[in-house]
Amino acid sequence: MQLHLSNSNGVPIYLQIVNQVKYLVASGRLGEGDELPPIRVLAEKLLINPNTVARAYRELELEGVVEKRRTAGTYVSGAGSRLAKRERLRILTERIDALLAESRQMDIDLDDLVELVRRRDAAMRSPAVPAPSTRKG
Amino acid sequence: MVAPHAAVLDAAPEPVERTRHVVEIRGVSRRFGGKLALDNISLCVPAGVVLGLVGENGAGKTTLIRHVLGLLKAQTGSVRVFGHDPVLDPVRVLSQIGYLCEEPDLPGWMRVHEMLRYVAALYPTWDPAYAEQLRRDFALDSQMKVKHLSKGQRARAGLLAALAYRPDLLLLDEPSSGLDPIVRRDILGAIIRTIADQGRTVLFSSHLLSEVERVSDRIAMIKSGRVLFCDTLDGIRDRYCRVTLRLDEPRASPPPLPGALSWEGSGREWTGVFQSSLEEVRAEVALTNDQVVEEFPLNLDEIFVAHARASHPAEVNR
Repeated sequence: MQLHLSNSNGVPIYLQIVNQVKYLVASGRLGEGDELPPIRVLAEKLLINPNTVARAYRELELEGVVEKRRTAGTYVSGAGSRLAKRERLRILTERIDALLAESRQMDIDLDDLVELVRRRDAAMRSPAVPAPSTRKG
Repeated sequence: MVAPHAAVLDAAPEPVERTRHVVEIRGVSRRFGGKLALDNISLCVPAGVVLGLVGENGAGKTTLIRHVLGLLKAQTGSVRVFGHDPVLDPVRVLSQIGYLCEEPDLPGWMRVHEMLRYVAALYPTWDPAYAEQLRRDFALDSQMKVKHLSKGQRARAGLLAALAYRPDLLLLDEPSSGLDPIVRRDILGAIIRTIADQGRTVLFSSHLLSEVERVSDRIAMIKSGRVLFCDTLDGIRDRYCRVTLRLDEPRASPPPLPGALSWEGSGREWTGVFQSSLEEVRAEVALTNDQVVEEFPLNLDEIFVAHARASHPAEVNR
């Protein structure tokens, strides 16, 4: 399980772990029943306090993404993959919000933005056709 | 390496009744000639906690740590380590502390294996198998003389000597200063493995604030011999904020809002770092015609710089 922590983006470390595990589950890289590394192992690997890892695991458990089993260890729950779609939509919503905020700042109206999205989608489906330039006056 | 008196050979550590705090510093002041290095400081380190000590050079961190080691006697107040006074009971206290500082004082003429045998003789809880494992992990040549070790290898040797008897308190005074990232990882790894062992405690001072943030349960900032705060990272973040304001009227100097440590800006846009919660700042701004446009949490590095700017505005480079 590959996690990348950033020290300077203002997001608490435990939350970075939570978000990245959710992302791994949502994108299918972590499947139902996959085991998360033991707290101590992950703490040593990332060089962070084990309590921070424990907090992240607790949070993931509360949200139903992972579950603890009697035989010790933390596993991706079945609910985790059901949450996957919700999580995917949540991630996309964030990206859309950022896009909308930026296009507003740039004074691009919604219709133009949607048209741009359609054009980019078309360009990606047929790579042989060169994407039309979107330079506007 | 602070070697306790040879009498420790006879004094195997008794099972110390676990007081809630491993280190208890209460009302300690310390003067060096005319300078007040510690100003009525109180600080407690609970068992099982990693406490990171940060502060500018000269703030009092090393002086504080020397009190914990019993190298300095408290002029006022009291110091208790594992419930004992380290000045009155150095053997019992030091046998449970693993200490590492910048430029550890190791016997240069000894070979690595001789140095380890020497330290092993002083600590009844020395674990030879663990020591050997660490020696291999750190790639320390047992035949090499300590004085021929590189700076990084010396730090590792000092770390090994401090870890191998599994002390209940790991006390590190800027252990990573001037060391490359690989050695720093070894030291961080040691801190984490120590804390993962139930009930063991770490107190370390460091300038590498990103590392302090990663491994500390609590962080204490010392400034001019006083404790500015001692709290979890979350708790600290709640006490500070950075806020950008759009002013109603342009100003050549920062707006007079209480709690500000430093300001940047001009005209109608000013950004301030505040030693208050965001709610408090918003409440103050609401009394004016100005507006909050953006707000950011601060990381430890930024809090540190903000305090430094507040005390030395002329010296700190913007």
